[in-house]
Amino acid sequence: MSPSNPVTVDESFQGRVYPVGPAVSVTADAVRAFARAVRAGHPAHHDAAAARALGHADVVAPPTFAVVLAQRADAQFVQDPAAGVDFSRVVHGEQTFTHHRPIVAGDEVVAQLHVDRVRVVAGNAMVTTRSELRTAAGEPVCTAVSTLVVRGADS
Amino acid sequence: MSQPPTGARRFDDVAVGDELPEVEHALTRDDLVAYADASGDQNPIHQDEAAARAVGLPDVIAHGMLTMGLAGSAVEDWAGDPGAVVSFGTKFTQPVVVPAGAAAAVRVAGRVSARDEDARTATVELTVTSAGVKVLGRARAVVRLP
Repeated sequence: MSPSNPVTVDESFQGRVYPVGPAVSVTADAVRAFARAVRAGHPAHHDAAAARALGHADVVAPPTFAVVLAQRADAQFVQDPAAGVDFSRVVHGEQTFTHHRPIVAGDEVVAQLHVDRVRVVAGNAMVTTRSELRTAAGEPVCTAVSTLVVRGADS
Repeated sequence: MSQPPTGARRFDDVAVGDELPEVEHALTRDDLVAYADASGDQNPIHQDEAAARAVGLPDVIAHGMLTMGLAGSAVEDWAGDPGAVVSFGTKFTQPVVVPAGAAAAVRVAGRVSARDEDARTATVELTVTSAGVKVLGRARAVVRLP
């Protein structure tokens, strides 16, 4: 049965590459708050000396922290009225991170959003985005790939 | 020589079949608000019952990324260095339902499924359940160890 109100994500967005976004400063406070929220108790998230003992320049972000930066990049697509995404109907289908090096406090990170795939199937839309995170100087930091599912009204 | 308490686990000490210590977390609505604030993901389905039900969910659900984050914390605690995680991926197969005034239990278990001598990496397969149901699918982290 197809939903009475099927989603209408604009499939022509597939393949779109957005301009590199503004630099975002990763602060120690943001790293600590995120670590607390995901119950990451390792001292290297909270204490710069513990992070340095492991060879990191400052407190280290948890491995999923990159989603904060990636979701900001995703917003360019998700919140673009032309794309037709109803954010209230978005659920997260899949997520991968490939870390080229750990994110630490003090990093200035830029993101470039790629819309790799847009597919509407049976009234639901599946969107795969890829955020390439780099330092402002161009050093690769993380590749974050998200698959979002936009649920149709009756799904 | 003994390792400092925050030191990374050594690759040579890891074998296929090693199990991570199992961890159980209790998630409340307040924990979802804390994650929303820390991550910037303010999707109302994670805070508001009406918003969740309007899109066909049974109740407020945890952010998939919060559940994934809990699993990541188990991996880095085992690895001994948060910077050891070189890749981490999952599918979000079932929601973690968080009712008002109660806590949802999320249980994280893991097992080393592969090791790569040349890269000095170990692959950890994670099993994450809530209310007896697997909530993550193909949850897998690769850690590089000294």
